[in-house]
Amino acid sequence: MIANLGLGILLITFFVTVYSAITASFSNPKIFARLFRGIPTASAQRWANDLEKLDTPQRAASMVESARRAMLLTFPLLTLASGLLIYLLVNEHYEVQFVYEVTSRSMPTYLKVTAWWGGQAGSLLFWSWLMSAFASLVTLRKWDRDREFLPWVIFVSCFTLAFFVGMTAFFENPFRVFYQTPTGVEAYLFQPANSVLFTPEDGQGLNPLLRHPGMIIHPPMLYLGFVSFVIPFAFAIAALVTGRTDDRWIRLTRRWALWAWLFLTFGLVLGGRWAYDVLGWGGYWGWDPVEIAAFMPWLTGTAFLHSVMIQEKRGMLKHWNMLLIILTYDLVIFGTFLTRSGVLSSVHAFAQSAIGPLFFTYIAITLIASVALVIYRWGSLKAETEMHSLLSREALFLFNNLLFMSILVVCFWGVIYPLTSELFTGAKVTVGPAFYERANGPLFAALLFLMGIAPLSAWGHSTLQTLGRAAWKPTVLAILITAALYLFYTQNPYALIGFSLVAFVILITLYEYWRGARARQKSHSENIFTALWNLTGRDRRRYGGYIVHLSITLMAIGILGIELFQMETQGTLEINQSASIGGYDVVYQDIARFIGPDGREVTRAVVGIYQNGQYLGELYPRIDYYWDAQQSMTIPGQRATMKDDLYILLVNWEPASATGATFKIYVNPLVNWLWMGSLLFLLGIVIAAWPDKDPERVAVRSGKPVREVSAAD
Amino acid sequence: MLRIGELRLETEERRNELKMKRKILTTPQKITGHRLFLVILFASLLALALFSVVSAQGTTPTDDEVNRIAKKLYCPVCENVPLDVCPTEACRQWREQIREMLSEGRTEEEIIDYFAVTYGERAAGDPRDKVKAYLIPVVAILLGTAMLVRALQMWKKPKAAEAVTPAREAKPIVPRDEYVTRIEEELKKRS
Amino acid sequence: MTETTSPRRAVPLWIQITVWAFLVGLLAIVAMGLSRAQQGTVQPGQRIDDFTLTFYSGYEWDGRSEIKLSDLRGKIVVINFWASWCKPCEQEAAELQQAWTEYEPTGEVVFLGIDYVDTETDARVYLKKFGITFPNGPDLATKISQYFRIKGVPETYFVDKDGVLRYVQVGPFVSIEQIRAQIDPLLK
Repeated sequence: MIANLGLGILLITFFVTVYSAITASFSNPKIFARLFRGIPTASAQRWANDLEKLDTPQRAASMVESARRAMLLTFPLLTLASGLLIYLLVNEHYEVQFVYEVTSRSMPTYLKVTAWWGGQAGSLLFWSWLMSAFASLVTLRKWDRDREFLPWVIFVSCFTLAFFVGMTAFFENPFRVFYQTPTGVEAYLFQPANSVLFTPEDGQGLNPLLRHPGMIIHPPMLYLGFVSFVIPFAFAIAALVTGRTDDRWIRLTRRWALWAWLFLTFGLVLGGRWAYDVLGWGGYWGWDPVEIAAFMPWLTGTAFLHSVMIQEKRGMLKHWNMLLIILTYDLVIFGTFLTRSGVLSSVHAFAQSAIGPLFFTYIAITLIASVALVIYRWGSLKAETEMHSLLSREALFLFNNLLFMSILVVCFWGVIYPLTSELFTGAKVTVGPAFYERANGPLFAALLFLMGIAPLSAWGHSTLQTLGRAAWKPTVLAILITAALYLFYTQNPYALIGFSLVAFVILITLYEYWRGARARQKSHSENIFTALWNLTGRDRRRYGGYIVHLSITLMAIGILGIELFQMETQGTLEINQSASIGGYDVVYQDIARFIGPDGREVTRAVVGIYQNGQYLGELYPRIDYYWDAQQSMTIPGQRATMKDDLYILLVNWEPASATGATFKIYVNPLVNWLWMGSLLFLLGIVIAAWPDKDPERVAVRSGKPVREVSAAD
Repeated sequence: MLRIGELRLETEERRNELKMKRKILTTPQKITGHRLFLVILFASLLALALFSVVSAQGTTPTDDEVNRIAKKLYCPVCENVPLDVCPTEACRQWREQIREMLSEGRTEEEIIDYFAVTYGERAAGDPRDKVKAYLIPVVAILLGTAMLVRALQMWKKPKAAEAVTPAREAKPIVPRDEYVTRIEEELKKRS
Repeated sequence: MTETTSPRRAVPLWIQITVWAFLVGLLAIVAMGLSRAQQGTVQPGQRIDDFTLTFYSGYEWDGRSEIKLSDLRGKIVVINFWASWCKPCEQEAAELQQAWTEYEPTGEVVFLGIDYVDTETDARVYLKKFGITFPNGPDLATKISQYFRIKGVPETYFVDKDGVLRYVQVGPFVSIEQIRAQIDPLLK
């Protein structure tokens, strides 16, 4: 039985991870010995003595090696388990509960494969699999001088992995099989006595919302982001435990953090795109608790990426960076917890289950242990230099961190407020988009402003004079642009503030590029394009970062557009009747109902689009009804331009026929800039994080030059 | 289905009832002493006829007017989905209720309050008790700002004491185009 | 393995205490929310707290426009959560009404229909359509359903003469026997 084999492999993997974690931590028995010393009983002292005797270099080395090998074993094991699950999914083994719940005969094969992460149990396995891949990658790197980190990195990775694999094996097992017993049909891990295998005719099918192409890559991206933030965390804990609290752990994991950030950001954007294409409410982001759950680690992660630069350049903020990465890690788990535990009901909380308490316990343990470690090492994390100017780059980075944390506070409060309100006053409340937009709006604006001036300021020292000298030209231009916008585009004050900030940032960033390229052009007598190219190549981190900044401003344009200028109308039309909105005329031309290839019933309307009397083409908003899942989806007809999107929904709560169909029509200005921006973002991160072919030699703060290695190399 | 004569009767009767209902809506705890009959058919008839006869009816709220308010409401049946896009029957009924209240001339605020009182606070998408909702994040952010400012002051102090000691990487301030110099230096170092 | 010396400068005690208090508080809130989310409906055997139900006019009990559960002590109370938009509720509407006509004359049983998240207009259409005559009222501010922690409609709660919950029916009744089977033993 394949399912039994899968179960067996999961169990073995669990024990391997537990073994690896224990062995790795016991390779350094001194730490435990010290713990036992603290207990004033005779037996504890005896144990401490025994432990200290065990502490020999050979023994430690062999234990670490053993832990490392066990760790490396988890990846092939989990790959095999996942392979078996995919085999079961693709081959319609409906006697397996998970397969029954997420697939059906009418689904195409690729969807059967992606159904792997379409349900609770499978997605936990998927998470574990990614985690083990990343942990293996990091264990395979050359450790050389950082050997003392190794056992603790293994320990943290395997501890995390053991939690997820254990959850998969014991609580949310995807290999449960249906058996018919005298009392009825139920899913079991092992065949009970007096039972026969029960195979349903067909499965329930994947939640239609998850059958969209966007959903095929959205969860993996998000999970990749989540999982890869575990690695910097593991190094941070290793640094804390070993007391090597200089910035080495940061240098080692910089690229990991960047890739993690890339995946997480892209996961979020893809999620937005998916919502825009599938959820049918005309938007991409609804401030849904689960969206926020994924957004919160992004906030701390972004703050982390910025503040580690201060530690690298100036040796400051060591505590803060530790706290940020701990926070990020626990928010990652918290995010997974929120979606999976049913604490908050939400569109995304597809599955509610009993694993909530386990997640909670895990978060509590890791959070408390990590914070305790930071407090223990507080003294050795002291800053090496001092702050000199409130306008220096490090000071501006601090304000940047403050803003990210403020947004985090707003988001966290928004998620937790309904909970506290219900607990303390008995009244449930809803915290909708209005709250978040009102509270976060000014914070985002301030972030944009900082994004503009921070690149101009220097490490250590900056004065208003130096800043002003660098900024006055872009500022003047930005003001001119704003004035032009006021005259020709909009008088909305929020929009003007937003757009002027966007213009400010874009101009300053481009100006920075230009100045850099000019400087290089002069000193190397290159032409301006070569100079630009080489400039970026020489300091990819800085210029990749600038590209990211530019991409964020493009996204900001899209967000401002849809938030402030979205228009919508709704009405019931007969054939040949039309509705008009924002310069568009929408004519209801035809409607048809037919059965789609995968058994869904499609109700598809044909509408003609005119802009100022000129015919533009047809759009096909439709309603897909999935009989297997008994759920309908409204798929919009979209016409996207850089100026605006025309977004037409066929409303599914009113009857749709030739005599009357209800349409909801949106005009979403500038939203395309958001997607464009995200592509540029990708480029920026790839530039910043791409592994060096010829690793530059960078001096670590502690002195001796060392080859900078990171696992991404 | 209703015939035309009945429809007229219905409307008259309804007007009387609405008069009563207005009284009740202001004190939602005491829904007593009034009668309402088959309005649903009438309402859906109206909804159907809406787009074509909108100008003739004059006072009948359009879908857009209804949605403008529905956007700000959340039905407990489908949590976290704003009312204007929620497809469930319960939400459809709520929208009809909004339409009815609008045609009675009630303001947006009154309607939202009515829903929050009748169906619980969570019907309102924006917490109505602003103090409770915003106090803690605002205080937390102010506290964070205060802490940061204080930390910056503490960091700056040593500088005053040992004014001449340069920080490890602090470069001398070059008054003219310090930036270009910096870039040039960095580039020289690397190429 | 390098061992660092003990911390040079420890965290002040008051900061440590604040940090831990904050963390524990946060975790406690999440834990409470979690335990609430994990709870099912109110369980049989539990004494039901008092609540007030305001009736729709025409659906009062004993001519009173509102009633407290405690007013019905000594009677068996059948509390039925329903809504006009709820299709499964329609399946049991006739059975419930029939049961009411059977038990009303005994004077020992009271049926309370509690209308969950519904507009009055639609509720009345529903009540009329199924000819329901037992007392009915809206679940104002969803307080009652929140107390019972209902997971959906229909759900029916049988409370005995002492105000103790005896049985919970989740989902619709398929036959009147099912209703009788719960009430008759309580009548003794």
